[in-house]
Parts: sequence; structure tokens; C-alpha cells
Amino acid sequence: MTVEIRSAPHIKDDAGVVKIMRNVVWSLLPICGFYVWQYGVSALASLVVVTCACLAAEEFFLRLGRQSGDLGDWSATITGLLLALTLPPGFPLWMGAMAGFVAIGLGKAIFGGIGHNLFNPALVGRGFAQAAFPTAIATYTPSFLPDRFTDFIPSSLALPFMTPADTASWVAGLNIDGVSGATPLARWKFEGVIASNWDLLTSLSGHLPVGPSPLLILACGLYLAYRGYLDWRIPVAVLGSAALLAAALYPLNPQHFPDPGFVLFSGGLMLGAVYMATDMVTSPVTPLGMWLYGALIGALTVIIRYSGGLPEGVMYAILIGNAATPMIERITQPKAFGTEPTKETRA
Amino acid sequence: MSESSPLLAPPSTWEEFTEGLWKRNPVFVMVLGMCPTLAVTVSAVNSLSMGVATTFVLAASCFLVSALRKLIPKEVRIATYIVIIATFVTVTDYAIQAISLDLYEALGAYIQLIVANCLVLGRAEAHAARNPPLAATMNAIGMGLGFTLSLVMIGGVREILGAGAFFGFSLFGPNFQPWVVMVLPPGGFFVMAGWLLLFSIVRRRAQMRAQENERARAAAETSGACHGA
Repeated sequence: MTVEIRSAPHIKDDAGVVKIMRNVVWSLLPICGFYVWQYGVSALASLVVVTCACLAAEEFFLRLGRQSGDLGDWSATITGLLLALTLPPGFPLWMGAMAGFVAIGLGKAIFGGIGHNLFNPALVGRGFAQAAFPTAIATYTPSFLPDRFTDFIPSSLALPFMTPADTASWVAGLNIDGVSGATPLARWKFEGVIASNWDLLTSLSGHLPVGPSPLLILACGLYLAYRGYLDWRIPVAVLGSAALLAAALYPLNPQHFPDPGFVLFSGGLMLGAVYMATDMVTSPVTPLGMWLYGALIGALTVIIRYSGGLPEGVMYAILIGNAATPMIERITQPKAFGTEPTKETRA
Repeated sequence: MSESSPLLAPPSTWEEFTEGLWKRNPVFVMVLGMCPTLAVTVSAVNSLSMGVATTFVLAASCFLVSALRKLIPKEVRIATYIVIIATFVTVTDYAIQAISLDLYEALGAYIQLIVANCLVLGRAEAHAARNPPLAATMNAIGMGLGFTLSLVMIGGVREILGAGAFFGFSLFGPNFQPWVVMVLPPGGFFVMAGWLLLFSIVRRRAQMRAQENERARAAAETSGACHGA
């Protein structure tokens, strides 16, 4: 038997940017597949167009200047897939391409490429789309429509710079019972109707206009956490603080405030907590910092949802969390052992 | 700045005039007068009128400051400049009110605020107070045109994307989808930053090319004397 003596650091795995990013893309594939199954060709076109726009923007900015990274590191692919998953399935493709370009250009390239960005690029793209096209980004259509694999949602195919077709009348023309374009969060916010937790968790029942199933996202996130490619503390802190705050507010006014389950499983909280808040570049590296960061995002999400003008607040919560990351890291720096005088030495 | 140094020949009137258009463009190079630049550039017409108003104030004030530069005591020069500038701002204010009330309402307080535009005071202090009236006026007109051009460049992009029109003429027809963000304050910052980026890229490329030419010429000159530079 041979004993090999090596000095620290003891690196047991060859995990690097490319390997981690590739694994994140793989873990996103089931979620994207489910999304295509829910919404058909429109969702597929949206995923493809937005991701291609991100890759094209990445290539453009890599050629333009001294950026770090390259097209093969999969990071732009992740940005594109995540961005497409946060947009409505019938989001006009030209707007999606625009959002993808802005995501890479304004969210990443302008700071110097991969590893230098302050904010999650996908959310920068979505934030721009939200500010530029507030109507289109709030227009959802029902999932599991019978003709979804053959017919596009009419708004998808809007010509560049043109207003998308009206989906409300298209949905009404389909004559399907119990179908409405309002998301569960919008129905809660504006109509006071709270969807059942199980429906939200699976995204399967009826024609709910929601994103991929939170259960599936959680499962894919567990795989990544198991492989060590995302830190479990951040999603746990985000979901935990959102659930705690919701549970604390729920007894005060059950008519007005939804139960914690609704808060966790509706909107984009699960996707945000598992895939966006955990972005390694824009989240803190210290364990205590991760808890603080996650708790901040969860609490902000609940506050924005409950008292903001828009029904959804995950995007802004994560962007604010990203902005707070440098400060969180500064106050949670671990002290090297021996550098602080102890009681004994001070005396 | 451009005060006459004994070592350098004073710039020609043409150089004075073109300085503000490119080399020292007030918005994209000196980054002065940001308040109107971001606030009134929602449309090309607003930008153009703001630019013309500022150009008038700038040229007239710089002429007067330059003509009076030997009479104005150093200790009270800023107050004197402000009185001169404020006079012309008041003239502009009433003139725009008389010409078009709609425009006056669209530009709002930003007409009066030309008095606080650091471009005007900056030119009076840095250039007009040290140069004869012709040079000062030409420089001020050039700066004003550079300012106007920059404002129209920002306002044009914001109007095209935010309203689908340019100087009020519809470009995309009635089905145009406006980009709401472009007529909001963030749009001003985005477009402004985009142009700044483009300007600095072009300038850096030009500088690098000039350096390379310099090096090539130096190499060509020394290659006769020594081998393999």
C-alpha cells in the first residue's frame, strides 16, 4: 500500500465553471420539458428563441471586447433557459429575443463577463422586459390547451416592434370551461380567489396558467444540491423566511393573507429560490451571509406581494438581494483563528 | 483647457468651433448638463428645442462674459456670470412662451434651469473669461451645437422606441408596441449610457490606431540606423 502525502488544498473533484454549468443545464432540461408539455409549441419556440438570443449576445460581446468566459461555458444557455421560464409562454418572440439580448448585454457583458456581474443576468433581462412591456409580460394563457402542439398562442408570433394579438378573445373563442388567463397570484391579488396548494404544487390540474411544477423544480434543485452545485442554505433560507412571514401574517387576516403554502408554491418563488437566488456569482459566499441573503429575499418577496402594486415580487426581491450581497459579505467575514485577542491574552 | 499657453499656438477659430462637436462634446465627453439631458429628452422635438435654447443662452452669455472679462473683478466673477446667464435665460423663457405654449409646458422648469446648467457656467469660467469675444462665441456655438446634437441623439432613440415616431412622424404605423421604459426616467439613463459606451469605444479605437501609427513611424525612422526594431 502506498501512502501519498500532499499539502492542502485537497481537491477531490474536478468541478469547474463548465462542469457545474453543464450540470445546471441538465437539471433544467426536465423543467423545460414539462414547460413544453404544458404550453406546446409556443413554449418551445420561446425557450429556443430566448436562449439563441442570449448565445448570440454572448458571442457578440465576446468578440467586441475583453470579456471573460466563452460560449462553451454554458452560462449563457442557463441565462436563456431561466429567462424563458420566467416569461409567459405566449410572450412575443421578438420581445423575448430583446430581453435575452439585454440580459447578457446589460446584465453580464457590461460588467466584464462571467463572474463579474452584480445582478442575475436572467432577472436583469426580465426586469427590462417588465419595464418595457408591462402588458405583454402579465398576459398569461391557460396551460394544457388541446391544440397546444399544433397551434401557436397568437401573441407569440407578433411581428417585431408590433403589438401582440389579443389573447383574451382567443382564449374565450376556444370555449373551454373554467379557463381564465389570470395567474393564481393575480386572481388572489385582484379577485381574492386562492388556488389549492396541491394544484399549485403539481401544476397539473385544470388549465392553470402557471409555470412548471414547483415539485419538479424542487426535485431538480435537490439533485444539484446533492451534487454540491448549489448551496442548500440559500433556497432553504428563501423558502423558510417566506413561509415564516406568511405563517405569522396568516392568522391576522385569513381573508386577505393567503396561507404559507400558497405563498411558497405560487408564482416564481420556487424557481427563483432554487435557480436564481443561488447563482454563485451574485450570492454571498459565507454561510452566515447565505442565510441572511436568503432570509432577505424571502421576506422581501412576501412584503412586495402583499403590499406592492404588482402580484409578483420574486424578481425584485432577488435583484435587491443581489445588490445587498457585497454588504452582506462584508459584515459576515469570518475571523481567522488567532487574529482576535481573547480574554486571557488581553488581560 | 483652452487658455492660450505660451508654448502652444492659440487654436484657430475653426478649431474653437469644432471642439464642442466631438473632442469635448459636452454630453458624451465632458458629461455636463445631465439634468436637462436626462429629463427633457423624451422626444426629439423637446430635445431640439432644449438644445437650441441652451445654445442661444450659451453663445450670448459667453460673448458678454468675454467682452467684459477685463472689467469683471475676480472676487465677484461667478455672481456676475450668473446675472449675465440669468438675463439670457429669462429672454429665452419668455421667447419660448411666446412662440409655443405647448412646448413651454413640455419643457417645464427645465428652461429656467438652464441658468444652473454647469455647461453654461463652466464655459463662461473656463473659456469665455480667458479668450477674446470671437473665439469665445465660436466655441460657445460649437459647444451648444454639440449639446443639441447629443440631446437629439438621445431624444431620437427614446422617441423611436418609446412612441414609434421621429419628430412626431409615425415610423411603424398604428400597431407599434411602445417600449414603456423608454419614456420613463430609466430609459434616459439606458440610452445615455449606450451612447456614452459607443463614444468611448470609438475614441479608444482611434487612440489605439494613432498610437500604432506613431510606433510604426518611430520604427521606420530608427530602422535605418539600427537593425530589427
